[in-house]
Amino acid sequence: MLIYLLRRIMQSGFVLVAMSLLVFLGVYAVGDPIEILISPDADQIEKERAIQALGLDLPLWQQYLVFVGKALQGDLGRSFVFNEPAIQLILQRMPATLELAFGSMFLSILIGLPLGLYAGLRPNGAISKGIMAGSILGFSLPTFWVGLMLIMVFAVQLGWLPSTGRGDTAMLFGISWSFLTGDGLSHILLPAINLALFKISLVIRLTRAGVRETMLMDYVKFARAKGLSPFRVTFVHVFKNILIPVVTVVGLELGGTIAFSVVTESVFAWPGMGKLIIDSINVLDRPVIVAYLMMIVLMFIVINLLVDIVYTVLDPRVRLEAKA
Amino acid sequence: MSTTTLPAPLPKVETPFRRFVSEFCESPLAVGGLVVFAIIALVAIFAPWIAPQNPYDLAVLDIMDGRMEPGSVGGGGYTHWLGTDDQGRDMLSGIMYGLRISLLVGVGSAFIACLVGASLGLLAAYAGGRTDSVIMRVVDLQLSFPTILAALMILAFLGKGIFNVVIALVIVEWAYYARTVRGSALVERRREYIEAAICLALPTRRILFNHLLPNCLPPLIVVGTMQIARAIALEATLSFLGLGVPITEPSLGLLIANGYEYMLSGKYWISFYPGIALLITIVAINLMGDQMRDVLNPRLKK
Repeated sequence: MLIYLLRRIMQSGFVLVAMSLLVFLGVYAVGDPIEILISPDADQIEKERAIQALGLDLPLWQQYLVFVGKALQGDLGRSFVFNEPAIQLILQRMPATLELAFGSMFLSILIGLPLGLYAGLRPNGAISKGIMAGSILGFSLPTFWVGLMLIMVFAVQLGWLPSTGRGDTAMLFGISWSFLTGDGLSHILLPAINLALFKISLVIRLTRAGVRETMLMDYVKFARAKGLSPFRVTFVHVFKNILIPVVTVVGLELGGTIAFSVVTESVFAWPGMGKLIIDSINVLDRPVIVAYLMMIVLMFIVINLLVDIVYTVLDPRVRLEAKA
Repeated sequence: MSTTTLPAPLPKVETPFRRFVSEFCESPLAVGGLVVFAIIALVAIFAPWIAPQNPYDLAVLDIMDGRMEPGSVGGGGYTHWLGTDDQGRDMLSGIMYGLRISLLVGVGSAFIACLVGASLGLLAAYAGGRTDSVIMRVVDLQLSFPTILAALMILAFLGKGIFNVVIALVIVEWAYYARTVRGSALVERRREYIEAAICLALPTRRILFNHLLPNCLPPLIVVGTMQIARAIALEATLSFLGLGVPITEPSLGLLIANGYEYMLSGKYWISFYPGIALLITIVAINLMGDQMRDVLNPRLKK
């Protein structure tokens, strides 16, 4: 187990190095680094000085080492637009994104589980067929367009919910959160539903498949034969057993949710990391782009590592394979 | 010599292709999807001839016609069935032209990704050993990152443009094909006909593409169909975010983005109808893909 873990961590480290090399090459070799790293408003003398300061006259491999060295110290450059360290900017926006991601995961369970349960218990009913057709739509509809439609219906036509921004926030642990105030909650609802759409469909399908499988198990048949009420059989015997895989899968979707929040945040003008990166790409604020990419790569590598570790803990087959 | 004795016409043989067609037609939904997709493709191909207006010809655009509601008659003397956008473009024509770009990017990138991915997958399965593990590590790495993020990263470096979008889509998609082909090629590789081909000392290229590849096609077709839909949706998303196609060649995603700011003032049609077109396209492709998966999956055979 320990050896497997070490090997896995080593692999992650290797991936991180490879990705940093890619990002470095992307910024420094594909584009003109001077144009990328020095504000276009700088005059000639400033440019010369900046080239010296940034070490752009050094050979490429030395530049890479400098880049890595600075990155390790948490220095990925300063934003042209905000004139703040890029890392700091991203960290400031991170709570908004995390809040949205967790909100949508919560919603996907809240909406997906009951629907999936129903569809699993009555697989041939008309409503179940409707639910399943809806889940296909949830998979194939482009998120951004659904977001626009949500705004159109609930914000513009009905005027029930606000369409942009975070609303009022309250402080907790020195960070401001939207979900602690009523106004903030009303702001987060639409974007969270939008981001949850794909996961709701996923949860519906997983739950339905799980219910249909579990209903045929001997222990369920026995529970029914024993004369337990259908309610008790469903919610104690069946439900408990399907909950674990469903929650696991939704948890594993965290990374994808954070990545996809780029789209949702842009639609709903939600001031998170995703909105920041899109704005930065559009105004060519390259230090922020580099910092975001490095952060997100790091985040993904950590998430993937954790997922693998969780799998080894949960699934003995992986453990045995690693031993062999 | 043998011209005198013509054999009686053979009874209709059940070829795999015929069987596939007849099984595909068992699902009315899938046939519907096929018909709808065929119509969409025809509309996209013949857009310059059937669209009421050339939306890129600045001479026919009149800013006075801007943001007209669906069904109103504009300065051009014809009805704008789906309304007009802020520049006075007929939305119906804009959608027809937008479909061209969306389909071109979606189908084109899926096709190139299929070529690249299938070749690498075949190579991995056939060569085995180190080649296999290197290719599959890259595939694993690629698949562990969400497509939207990888595409975003690539476009942040390359910049906008149809060609760059296609490159980005190919890079994020090839891994699906590689994994699919490798999976079925690994099974096929152990079959006797491959062994026979190797014993005949046929060149590797020939074994790969004439013997191995045709037998790996069914799952590849299914993945390819689904990936076209995914590519179209991803391209639309990227264009909506302002990272995809340039403003001079608007795809459906960009049309939707154009209507975004007018949505809040209740002018829904600029975003709504291109979205519907996108939706119909994606759902039609997915319906076909679903049925193909059922038909071509040997495990579901009765």
